[in-house]
Amino acid sequence: MKQKFDINRFKDNMFKYFGLACTLFGLAVLSIFLINILIEGLGRLNWQFFSSLPSRMPEKSGILICLLGSIWIMVLTAIIAVPLGVASGIFLEEYGKKNKIASFIEINISNLAGVPSIIYGLLALEIFVRILGLGKSLLAGSLTLSLLILPIIIVSTREAIKAVPKSIREASYALGGTKWQTIRFQVLPAASGGLLTGVILAISRAVGESAPLIVIGALLYITTIPTSPMDDFAVMPIQIFNWLSRPQKGFIENATAAIIVLLLITFIMNGLAIYLRNRWQKKIKW
Amino acid sequence: MRNKKEKIIETILMLCAAVSVLTTIGILWVLLSESSSFFSKVSLKDFLTDTEWTPLFAEKHFGILPLIAGTMLTTFIAIVIALPTGLSIAIYLNEYAPKKFRKVVKPLLEVLAAIPTVVYGYFALMVVTPFLQKFIPDMAGFNALSPGIVMGIMIIPIISSLSEDALYSVPKALREASYGMGATRLQTAFKVLVPAATSGITVSIILAISRAIGETMIVAIAAGQQPRLTLNPLVPIETITTYIVQVSLGDVVQGSLEYQTIFAAGIALFALTFVLNNISYFIKKKFQEKYE
Repeated sequence: MKQKFDINRFKDNMFKYFGLACTLFGLAVLSIFLINILIEGLGRLNWQFFSSLPSRMPEKSGILICLLGSIWIMVLTAIIAVPLGVASGIFLEEYGKKNKIASFIEINISNLAGVPSIIYGLLALEIFVRILGLGKSLLAGSLTLSLLILPIIIVSTREAIKAVPKSIREASYALGGTKWQTIRFQVLPAASGGLLTGVILAISRAVGESAPLIVIGALLYITTIPTSPMDDFAVMPIQIFNWLSRPQKGFIENATAAIIVLLLITFIMNGLAIYLRNRWQKKIKW
Repeated sequence: MRNKKEKIIETILMLCAAVSVLTTIGILWVLLSESSSFFSKVSLKDFLTDTEWTPLFAEKHFGILPLIAGTMLTTFIAIVIALPTGLSIAIYLNEYAPKKFRKVVKPLLEVLAAIPTVVYGYFALMVVTPFLQKFIPDMAGFNALSPGIVMGIMIIPIISSLSEDALYSVPKALREASYGMGATRLQTAFKVLVPAATSGITVSIILAISRAIGETMIVAIAAGQQPRLTLNPLVPIETITTYIVQVSLGDVVQGSLEYQTIFAAGIALFALTFVLNNISYFIKKKFQEKYE
């Protein structure tokens, strides 16, 4: 009896250390990767790197065009995807709870969330690039990424709205507010923290995405700065991919330096999202 | 007047929500229409049974099996890494770890899922492959093993986070009953909590598999571009997603058979993930009914 008890205790403790080891493994790999990137790429980060156009010589190349491309994509995608996603989320959560259309749309969205990003590229290649004739433009790219992140925005909008307590709604109705007035002036402001968090995370996903953009043909050797939504473009992840696929060592170093910049953008956005979420959760106690 | 305005707003909101339905229809239409012209030239039997995929060569073969094999191989390696690690992390954070530790570690692990995949591709090619080559000298520079491992690390947070949520939502009474009987934390975890949370854990695993199947950049950078029907993780292979990237990078004429192959490959990829996603959706729905 005593013997068996001890064995179970022992196993229990062993698993404790195994679980801790697994957790630390994840964190250790993360740190090794980050340290490796910093060692390899930090030396290449200088003003010339930020202000130069792509070039055949690695030491003369820079990320100016793809950095601007990523910023363009970020802004355009936000302009397209945020209103669409938030409106869909409001409809599904506030209006269409019971009807069949809404439950059909819901299955749809959960399916879309699982479609590989490269499939969105195929969709965009046919619809945006060919049929609508947008070419390999910034607009075609942002439309593609908008469709890709729409499910994320919809889901987080719904969750943010769900967290708003009934009493707030009922107070508004009691004062004679219509459904839309209640949503517009009570529910949305109350849900804004969660909403913003979801939107930032979705945009950060779009900035790091490259596969669908490669499919629509954005891997270009371009040397002009994009100035309108109809211009050709390159983005950071695609430039990194391009540099990684070249044999010269200098380009690999460029890739690591660009990775530092891309990770910095990603981490800032994610950090901001987590900060907003925490602040929102702390500040509002229903 | 007021009612009319309300109605208009509701209609606008519904139209926005309809965009996602249109997206699905669009995806299905594009994939089906382009691949139907592909299948008018290549028989479905050849597509499913031929063991070579060489659409870009002079002697053309259109068997999807090598691409599916490549996709499955990298996915399998990823799951072998991510499942035990992710599940152990979930159990550890749920049952063993101090609350403070959990609060710090969970968001840190989720950083792994936020890193752009092209960055993981760099790690697979420039860090993991050279490291593994020290131990396995005859491993090729492009192979299935290292992108598989890196992909596994990337999907750890999917499994650990979602499984942890599932374990957390197991009713307290079950846990307390088990401890009351004198069970250890390990026994409680594996004999009570994991079985009770099976559906949630299954959903997390299916989502992770589906994510690994659709993953593009890691394999495009580090796994090579050689469609090959093999289980050997040390040689270059090609996944469905990599093939689509490979064709997109080249100068393929629109409307040509080569151009249509990416949609045929796309439909195979879509079918795989569609089935997995729907299984997980229905498990999730059933699971919710059980506990609410």
